[in-house]
Amino acid sequence: MKALVPVKRVVDYNVKVRVKSDGTGVDIANVKMSMNPFDEIAVEEAVRLKEKGALSEVVAVSCGVAQCQETLRTAMAIGADRGILVETDAELQPLAVAKLLKALVDKEAPQLVILGKQAIDDDCNQTGQMLAALLDWPQATFASKVEVADGFATVTREVDGGLETVKLRLPAIVTTDLRLNEPRYVTLPNIMKAKKKPLENVKPDALGVDVAPRVRTLKVSEPAKRGAGVKVPDVATLVDKLKNEAKVL
Amino acid sequence: MSALVIAEHDNRSIKGATLNAVTAAAACGGEVHVLVAGANAAGAAEAASRIAGVAKVLHADSPALAEGLAENLAAQVLALAPGYSHLLFPSTASGKNVAPRVAARLDVAQLSDITRVVSADTFERPIYAGNAIATVQSSDAVKVITVRTTGFDAAPASGGSAAIESVAAVADAGLSSFVGREVTKSDRPELTAAKVIVSGGRALGSSEKFGEVLTPLAEKLGAALGASRAAVDAGYAPNDWQVGQTGKIVAPQLYVACGISGAIQHLAGMKDSKVIVAINKDPEAPIFGVADYALEADLFQAVPELIERL
Repeated sequence: MKALVPVKRVVDYNVKVRVKSDGTGVDIANVKMSMNPFDEIAVEEAVRLKEKGALSEVVAVSCGVAQCQETLRTAMAIGADRGILVETDAELQPLAVAKLLKALVDKEAPQLVILGKQAIDDDCNQTGQMLAALLDWPQATFASKVEVADGFATVTREVDGGLETVKLRLPAIVTTDLRLNEPRYVTLPNIMKAKKKPLENVKPDALGVDVAPRVRTLKVSEPAKRGAGVKVPDVATLVDKLKNEAKVL
Repeated sequence: MSALVIAEHDNRSIKGATLNAVTAAAACGGEVHVLVAGANAAGAAEAASRIAGVAKVLHADSPALAEGLAENLAAQVLALAPGYSHLLFPSTASGKNVAPRVAARLDVAQLSDITRVVSADTFERPIYAGNAIATVQSSDAVKVITVRTTGFDAAPASGGSAAIESVAAVADAGLSSFVGREVTKSDRPELTAAKVIVSGGRALGSSEKFGEVLTPLAEKLGAALGASRAAVDAGYAPNDWQVGQTGKIVAPQLYVACGISGAIQHLAGMKDSKVIVAINKDPEAPIFGVADYALEADLFQAVPELIERL
């Protein structure tokens, strides 16, 4: 049984991005890029399922510019068997990515697709659900535990107010939450080995997918700045300020 | 042009987040209808009909809709989608689960977590953990939207008198089934709706200390308890207390951050709070950059003293 794991190249989570002064977007030139943290968890989970014998092959996929190759190499260093890059310079929105992934699923016929629950750049939280809809497969979003056996995936999900467990008929879509696992560190020998693993390059046209954006960004601006705060010397002053200045008590 | 709000409910009552979504729907222009899809959910439908500003409640009742499984709920929304220009979900775990599934079937983009309605096709939404605000325009015929509840006032839960119309429920898709639920017991106010939140970080050191130090403060203030990711990962607090980019987004009147350093991801979840108080030993902690009142102190001394003086 094969799993497909889509991974996204995003601005590293530790970077505090700056909005461009002309309001056209955020400045990501010369900023450190990394694999989206939720996708690392997705790769790790697929590799663990393979190590347990539940999967036979893990294929990592990334859609975007040529540099996404690096992200795929990272996925292969974690343990993915091979990579597919859908290369395009176009701006890709979740619906377009879901369509590209559907075309790849039709070709590769995996039984499981594991995605991150959201990318930390656009914060959309859509692609997994959209892919499930396009394939008419069941979905389990925000997974914190995944078990695969006998043609079913049993997934515990993080929901408001606690946890929920659902059982999905395979093939199925799972999106990962933070607490699903702790991704392993990639080791130097594994980075070297990943360089030799196969990486296929395809174009959106070859998959027959129109990636034109449906949503136009008119403007990107800085969030409203908070007024400068004050340091209070002790608890008594704090209580006094909260009562008499902020009037929140 | 009319908008359909997909209600979040527990079959008996409507959850608060729905009220914020109704306000966002009204801002899109046109009539606002509410869908209550569930099993034996007449009580919730009744409650929805009383929300001010709602013109009609659609009530779909079937065992297949009992647990809000994405496959069945999305099919139910799709069955009703023709005739609506806007489909709005509260941006909760349930809304985020279902909305993209509906959008993809309609072959339209989905707009996540909007914080403002500029016009019927233009919206504001935060990106990069809230470090930038994007104004986006949709060219699709139907707008499928999730609404960040802290971005909109709640519509009054009473005063309306909408007609309740029963609609045919969809059949079970048979793709998934509900196994069980583990609900975190809490007698504190709900985190996303609380006026005051007391939140703790890694500095608390253990789950015992977390409860021992912060619970009395929360009780005194009538506050909900929140936590940073570090505190949740260390097992000091349950997952669903997590405030941040990947947890809950809150905007209470007062947010008290105790022993929280203030990583970007945490700030994303609470920086729209009206007043932020930070108690931290480390004068360099980034939380002091957003705090209205910063107290540099050991929380194990400061919090008990704070309780005493309140």
